[in-house]
Amino acid sequence: MSLFLIASLPFLGAIFPALLIRAGRNASAASAGMVTLTALIGLLTNAPAVLRGEVVVARIDWMPGLGLNANFFLDGLGLLFAGLILGIGLLIILYARFYLSRKDPMGQFYTYLLLFQGAMVGIVLSDNILLLLIFWELTSLSSFLLIGFWKHLPEGRQGARMALLVTGSGGLAMIGGMLIIGNIVGSYDLTVILQHKELIQASPLYLPALLLILAGCFTKSAQFPFHFWLPHAMAAPTPVSAYLHSATMVKAGLFLMARMWPVLAGTDAWFYIVATTGLVTMVLGAVIALFKDDLKALLAYSTVSQLGLITMLLGFGTKAAATAAVFHIINHATFKCALFMSAGIIDHSAHTRDIKRLGGLIHLMPLTFTIVLVAALSMAGIPPFNGFLSKEMMLEETLSAVWQGSPYLVAALAVFGALFSVAYSFRYIGHVFLGKRRSDYPGEPHDPGPGLWLAPVFLTFLVVVIGLFPNAVVGPLVQVASGAVIGDGQPVVFYAKLWHGFIPALYMSVVAVVGGFVLLLMQRRLAPLWDAAPRPEAKVIFDALVGGFTSLSRRLSEALHDGALSRYAAIFMVFTLALAAYAYGTGAKGAPNREMLDLTIMPVIGWICLTGATVCVVAFHRNRFLALVLIGVVGLIIALAFNYLSAPDLALTQISVEVVTIILLLLALNFMPKNTPQESSTGRKLRDATLSIGAGLGAGGLIYALMGREFSQPSISEFHLENSYSGGGGTNVVNVILVDFRGFDTFGEIIVLGIAAIVIFAITEAVLASNVRGRLLNREPDMAQAGNPHPLMMVVATRVMMPIALMVAAYIFFRGHNAPGGGFIAGLIAAIAVVMQYMASGYEWAADRQRVYYHGIIGSGVLIAALTGMGSWFAGLPFLTSSFGYITIWPLEKFEWATAALFDLGVFLAVLGAVMLALESLARFAWQPGMDSEHPMEINPARDDADNHEKQEA
Amino acid sequence: MELLLASAVGIMTACGVYLMLRQRTFPVILGLTLVTYAVNVFLFASGRLAQNLPPVLNPEATAYSDPLPQALVLTAIVIAFGMTAVVVMIALSAYLSARDDRIDMSEDDTYDDEQTADHVDNAEDGA
Repeated sequence: MSLFLIASLPFLGAIFPALLIRAGRNASAASAGMVTLTALIGLLTNAPAVLRGEVVVARIDWMPGLGLNANFFLDGLGLLFAGLILGIGLLIILYARFYLSRKDPMGQFYTYLLLFQGAMVGIVLSDNILLLLIFWELTSLSSFLLIGFWKHLPEGRQGARMALLVTGSGGLAMIGGMLIIGNIVGSYDLTVILQHKELIQASPLYLPALLLILAGCFTKSAQFPFHFWLPHAMAAPTPVSAYLHSATMVKAGLFLMARMWPVLAGTDAWFYIVATTGLVTMVLGAVIALFKDDLKALLAYSTVSQLGLITMLLGFGTKAAATAAVFHIINHATFKCALFMSAGIIDHSAHTRDIKRLGGLIHLMPLTFTIVLVAALSMAGIPPFNGFLSKEMMLEETLSAVWQGSPYLVAALAVFGALFSVAYSFRYIGHVFLGKRRSDYPGEPHDPGPGLWLAPVFLTFLVVVIGLFPNAVVGPLVQVASGAVIGDGQPVVFYAKLWHGFIPALYMSVVAVVGGFVLLLMQRRLAPLWDAAPRPEAKVIFDALVGGFTSLSRRLSEALHDGALSRYAAIFMVFTLALAAYAYGTGAKGAPNREMLDLTIMPVIGWICLTGATVCVVAFHRNRFLALVLIGVVGLIIALAFNYLSAPDLALTQISVEVVTIILLLLALNFMPKNTPQESSTGRKLRDATLSIGAGLGAGGLIYALMGREFSQPSISEFHLENSYSGGGGTNVVNVILVDFRGFDTFGEIIVLGIAAIVIFAITEAVLASNVRGRLLNREPDMAQAGNPHPLMMVVATRVMMPIALMVAAYIFFRGHNAPGGGFIAGLIAAIAVVMQYMASGYEWAADRQRVYYHGIIGSGVLIAALTGMGSWFAGLPFLTSSFGYITIWPLEKFEWATAALFDLGVFLAVLGAVMLALESLARFAWQPGMDSEHPMEINPARDDADNHEKQEA
Repeated sequence: MELLLASAVGIMTACGVYLMLRQRTFPVILGLTLVTYAVNVFLFASGRLAQNLPPVLNPEATAYSDPLPQALVLTAIVIAFGMTAVVVMIALSAYLSARDDRIDMSEDDTYDDEQTADHVDNAEDGA
């Protein structure tokens, strides 16, 4: 099966459990299981090739320019991890079906689980490190959902947040590290990166990259000092703990260290950072685990300890140690997962996980006891189970590790840690199962049904089989996986056996087992001492840190973001001016090389009107009505200026937009105070004036300098001028640019316009649904009203004008391709034609005659534009490719047809709808009952006189 | 001619910015409108000025006005209308709901805000 399919199956399949939960919990679980099984079978079809030493690849170049490619590869290491993830995932799905209670939303659970599984499979199969980083973050996110699955438990929520924060920030660090590596090598493909050991290790950025990547790995794999999140994540349901925290997520960090081992390992920095961290974590985790009374906490710290062990082995940087690490990854997954499941079984029936309240369960739960016995003995490193084999290898490796010149330090500490791990493993067996049967269990302990015991029994079966026949069962897998870790192309020899003879590692094992047993006997006496000993509490420190950052950012945002918008605007202006001044001071500008246009009297008159009106807007801005009129003057002069400077399209657009803008502002002003009070102090006015003069000088100076010079690069306008007719079929280049060359831009723009109109509509709905409506209905006019709101002359004139205006709109629309005009302008003109009716005859009259809602007009406009664009797909051309031709209709002249005209129709409709929806929304505020007369045109010869008769009769 | 246009852009920008720094919504909207005009003219002028040049292709013409800035400014004008309309609507609704058209939050508003934030935090911690 293709690697793409394997990686995407869990994501695609994640929808099934959520949907099928309606068909029952079995259907939901079965669908999740089927998805996982299919992916697992797909993986296994690739296994023979990988075991032969081949590397299976699947590549799609997505954005090769950015180095972002969807490349996957499967080698021994990937096969090992993907197999663990999918295989154990299958067991977890079975276990969870019987573990979760009826009240838990099981569909959701399986969906999260599959998402997590997909992210994990993605990590281990990715060839591209950018892709890998995305999957890495996805595991953090999906594990957040899983850890916090019991939303009603505060510990669950806090644990989930802590895990997300710790692993998420580690992930951020890792992004930095990975990008540095990618930069050094010049490729983001792992297969390429792994070839460049010398290049990377010689780079001065090796150490920063190493530290950043290790930060990601250590947080994910709960290494000291980031180990604290793992025990808190135990608030998750047990299947989640068994899956994430024994077999998969916490192993992602190990996976990445193993993956990058060929290029990062082998240096002193690697040895001292990784091996030391691993060693410290291993010892610390083991010691804490012994004194935990909660079964899951014990297992959590033991996991921390075992992960430390593997990290240490990877840190040694030798081939034999790497092989031992790979072997222990398999062994740990089998026994730890079984132990977590057994803890869940005990919790399920005894209703407690507190070791102090348990004991003597052997009499009640013999099957569970067997599972725990085998798995825990394996964890303790007792022959003939698989844990013994890898622990023996580990101890042997520690003997050859020299730390700062002291040859036995590592070995001694490893034995010390092993001693504690023997003790806590025995404690799980001894304090929970052995001893006398008690009468005060909170629940009724009993062995579970097969749904719960099948998965752990299968895992313990593996523990035994791997222990007895390691070379036959997992030998080839360990060989290819370690081969991939070491990555030097040499075949790896893996040969494990239970009896090596009297070698030092055996003595170390014996010391650990005997010492561990003695330690366990003393545990009850040591526990009070441990509890009394002062030690830093990770959660307290973490909470204090988070709290500190929260209050710091709150203070910062309160200082910067105090709710004074005018202050933000001023800060923004100062900053912009400073940047501009810097650019002006440092940039070089060439000498003016362009002739200026001659000055004639007309532009001077225009300039006087424009600047006069502008200055007056500021001078009289307290009188809002007057200011609005003056703004209208400015807009009109600008329209004239566009026309004067050979831009008729702009002049037409500006003048029609001006009309609707002023109507809009007038409508709004109707409800607002008509005057602005005097508020600013003189100092503030001075400050604002300084800022605005600075801005004005900057903008004016810049455009003056620009206009005095020729283009420094050849303008792309030439291309448009040359191709407008031959390629777009139109002579009005501006319109052809809008509907053809840059049609996609325009398409986006009409969508934005439509969204703006719908936002306005939505705000109107919200405001009118609130208590504002009552106030509006009862409002008294604050200005003198016109005697007749709908003067007869105006009503008649607008109705006569309506068809004429629409005719003009149609004319402007059709000529648009070859003469000034087009959809934008035509839409505005048509909108004005309709607005006139609202103004003259009143909202009610116009609304009565409205046949189509404006939303529909916007929507149809966007749809027509989109469909026109998609039409070119049928001809096998890209979106929005236009086409045109000529037809002759006798007895008329030759006509041009162009698909661009259809697109322009979409623009026309969208603009019309958007403008109308915006204005109509505002007009709805003004509506008051009885405001409009029943007949806006009082004298209407066509009207039936029935009303008049009624009035007379009354 | 260029000087006239540049000075007009400068004056409109200056007046627009000044109005945008006022404390009531309506002057800010007027300022925004003025700045929009200035920006549109600025963009248009970046294609350099031309007088009496045809914007439409015809066989006799030897030179044309620059069509590209014109096309960009055309959409900019229409989008500016959409933006103004939304801002006006927000300002109007805010005034109608709060009966106040100041754009700066007063001290009381900030205080209320903090109260709510603390309240949420306490609820979270207590849970």
